[in-house]
Amino acid sequence: MDNLLSITTFIPALAAGILALFLRGDDEDAQRNAKWLAMAATSMTLIVSLFILFGFNAQDTSFQFVEERTWIMGLNYKLGVDGISILFVMLTTFLMPIVIVSCWSVNIRVKEYMIAFLLLETLMLGVFMALDLVLFYLFFEAGLIPMFLIIGIWGGKNRIYASFKFFLYTFLGSVLMLVAMIGMFSAAGTTDIPSLMGFQFGTDDFSILGIQIVGGMQTLLWLAFFASFAVKMPMWPFHTWLPDAHVQAPTAGSVVLAAILLKMGGYGFLRFSLPMFPVGSDVMAPMVLWMSAIAIVYTSLVALVQVDMKKLIAYSSVAHMGFVTMGIFTFNQQGLDGAIFQMISHGFISGALFLCVGVIYDRMHTREIDAYGGLVNRMPAYAMIFMFFTMANVGLPGTSGFVGEFLTLVGVFQVNTWIAAVATSGVILSAAYALWLYRRVVMGDLIKESLKTITDMTTRERWVFTPLVIMTLLLGIYPALVTDIIGPSVTALVVHVETAQAAYDVTTQMAQN
Amino acid sequence: MLSQDLTTISPEIILSLFAMGALLLAVYTVKDKAASLLVWITSGLFVALAFWIATMGEGTTTAFSSMFVDDAFSRFAKVAILLAAAAVLVMSQDYMVKRDLLRFEYPILIMLSVVGMMMMVSAGDLMLLYMGLELQSLALYVVASLRRDSVKSTEAGLKYFVLGALSSGLLLYGASLTYGFAGTTSFAGIIKATDGGVSLGLLFGLVFMTTGFAFKVSAAPFHMWTPDVYEGSPTPVTAFLATAPKIAAMVLFARVMHDAFGKSVADWQQIVAFLSVLSMFVGGIAAIGQTDIKRLMAYSSIAHMGFALMGLAAGTAFGVQAMLIYLAIYVVMNIGTFAFILSMEKDGMPVTNIASLNMYSKREPLKALAMLVLLFSLAGVPPMLGFFGKFYVLRAAYEAGLGWLAVAGVVASVIGAFYYLRVVFFMYFGSEQDIQLDRNGSPILWGFLVASATVMIVGVVNLFGIEPLAEAASLALVN
Repeated sequence: MDNLLSITTFIPALAAGILALFLRGDDEDAQRNAKWLAMAATSMTLIVSLFILFGFNAQDTSFQFVEERTWIMGLNYKLGVDGISILFVMLTTFLMPIVIVSCWSVNIRVKEYMIAFLLLETLMLGVFMALDLVLFYLFFEAGLIPMFLIIGIWGGKNRIYASFKFFLYTFLGSVLMLVAMIGMFSAAGTTDIPSLMGFQFGTDDFSILGIQIVGGMQTLLWLAFFASFAVKMPMWPFHTWLPDAHVQAPTAGSVVLAAILLKMGGYGFLRFSLPMFPVGSDVMAPMVLWMSAIAIVYTSLVALVQVDMKKLIAYSSVAHMGFVTMGIFTFNQQGLDGAIFQMISHGFISGALFLCVGVIYDRMHTREIDAYGGLVNRMPAYAMIFMFFTMANVGLPGTSGFVGEFLTLVGVFQVNTWIAAVATSGVILSAAYALWLYRRVVMGDLIKESLKTITDMTTRERWVFTPLVIMTLLLGIYPALVTDIIGPSVTALVVHVETAQAAYDVTTQMAQN
Repeated sequence: MLSQDLTTISPEIILSLFAMGALLLAVYTVKDKAASLLVWITSGLFVALAFWIATMGEGTTTAFSSMFVDDAFSRFAKVAILLAAAAVLVMSQDYMVKRDLLRFEYPILIMLSVVGMMMMVSAGDLMLLYMGLELQSLALYVVASLRRDSVKSTEAGLKYFVLGALSSGLLLYGASLTYGFAGTTSFAGIIKATDGGVSLGLLFGLVFMTTGFAFKVSAAPFHMWTPDVYEGSPTPVTAFLATAPKIAAMVLFARVMHDAFGKSVADWQQIVAFLSVLSMFVGGIAAIGQTDIKRLMAYSSIAHMGFALMGLAAGTAFGVQAMLIYLAIYVVMNIGTFAFILSMEKDGMPVTNIASLNMYSKREPLKALAMLVLLFSLAGVPPMLGFFGKFYVLRAAYEAGLGWLAVAGVVASVIGAFYYLRVVFFMYFGSEQDIQLDRNGSPILWGFLVASATVMIVGVVNLFGIEPLAEAASLALVN
């Protein structure tokens, strides 16, 4: 099986094609068929991707399962996974069946809905597997189209504004990356990611319009990539599209957005910014660290005052992504391990939290916190699940949320104590907003008339949460499941970055003497 | 000698003879009754000639003391022009018959304008350049006002004529200056005269000629005629204006810049880059407020010409290759889009209001999906082919040291994305109570729409192999 990765990537697209071309009508049967086909395709993808996981050798830090074909314009169609990307692939294939089940109750334009999600899965998998710059860009950008449609067609009241903002904001971020990619192509003569990782982009200072650019070419390229990934992450202050998009997107759309799409930014930093522009990263690292620290505190404070549940969780996502960027730009083993761990764990937790909101939104059709209260009286199972994921979001030891936050904080403590101190205060704030949300929605007496008839979770809903609960606990209790796989690749990355930065420091010192 | 020359231009001769023969025959016999048949025969002839040129042409030959050049570059353009013209003719049939517009002159005029275009792209001399340009323009002025009883159509024809004449005048003035200072009208002679740098007189000639070309490709700031002419002309004519003449004018532009002024790239690079950046922004920003899809497509084509000019601005063989690929992709996209616009009608009347597309996706999901693909391709969003066109020209510009132009281009493409998304918004996100379009069952339009959308997706695999062809074409021009 030497094209296992292609098979994994394109199973969902194939299913989407079948749906688009051969499924007629929009009656109940057609809807059910569409859902089952989507379910079958995503499950199939999960099964095939398990073969990748089991065949993966964590000790080998190079790319595995590589497949390569020549493509147009001297580009290559090249896929592969290493310790950093494989878990994102697994996260995607693992979450997609859950996402499909979670939209079982959707009954408008179901066929299109399923097609959009299936295409999205293909594109997301492609992002994490692509080993060619342009191929990466292709998957990265194309993901905007289905997401634009998901928000725009199935979203809430203000969906039009949100979908346009989402599309144009992220599009603007990534086109600058495209120019940088062209620059890299013409400088290195190749778009092959493994070769580019070994290529040294220029670091000689020069000035543009009178501004001295320290780190030269590398810093410029780094900034262009940063424009794209910072918007995608999203990092403060480029996060404003996210709350809008989350609030308006349908539940399943929010889950995919929070759990997988946001991780593309972090993955991009790990795959491109660090290994390809180590000097640029070094130059800009203090800025990123401070931005992350501000993001953690600021967005946590903003989350405190939200009246819309989804918006609150969206801001909490931004805060958690702050830990990720902070961990990545510490350039040490704990920081990077923690960042990747945090992304994986956030994938499960934030996905589950949006699903939790979805459960009560389906019943009451409102996301306003004030409309709820005392749900525990009528929905004990829901209260239990929501409690679990609230705690995981806060970072309670024993859940996966703790490991990621702790590791990144350890990592950043070695680099800058002040930033560590500021970021740690964010942990307290996250407890504040998450627990307060929980108290207002679930605890207390059930006094609202409209809630008197609310019913607890159905069997289908319980099944949706089961795998997420298991994964969150498992990774919290035994984090080595993740760190064993990512460890060797992260070590190699850290060594590569440190060597390059040390070499640069030596040359700049020599130049000064 | 003469027989060799005649062999070289035999495709043009065949077309002209056929046009004249058909004209005489139709005038003296059946008149408009033969129009439908004539459309089919003409398109068939176009396709056959395209096939002939594509397969038989080899190397570079010149005719009539290098007035006429037949090289890989001109062949690439000719094949594209012929195929685009054939596609538009076939597509227009149904629309023209329904609106009682199908006169036998229509295919004949299109044919004559195609002959003009073929001469333009093969021009090796300022005289032939002007002759070809006027032949295609005059024929187009007439077809633009084909709907004689419509004020808008006649206005479009008149506007097109007046501004076209003005631009021809500028071009002619530039050509005469060039002739005066170079002492020759042949490109080969001009390039010798500019070997040691461009004299002031030649520079003026160059600028005036560039202005004339900018009019013809509708590059900003010489684009004002485009929206009105696009809106006023009958839709099939608009479809034609947006495709074949654009290729011809761009290719001619590249031909003059490289064949005649190839030694002085630095002198025209900044002008072309300026035209390019202005077109991209004007096209992108002005389209935002449009409510008529034909006007929207006019601004869209202005923006697209800006991108194609970016390839030319690079001033390299790779830039020309990028431009050719961009044009080829652009033409396929526009044929599909216009097939869609041609099929838009309500109660049998053509509709061009964007708002009438409200919830179109509910009514015709597959057509809406095809249009969605085309719109995202026009916006340059991967994985559609439109993205690769942009990627090509951006790379050409960057590698030629025009990094700022590439950055401006991508920013403009983000602005441009907005109005394409607006059409998607109407088709997919709208509310249901508004007017809805008729179902248009024309299988030809449907076929072109779906085929063009399919090309946009499937082409990602290898661009249908046009890369090496475009490369050979660009190397024939720039060496």
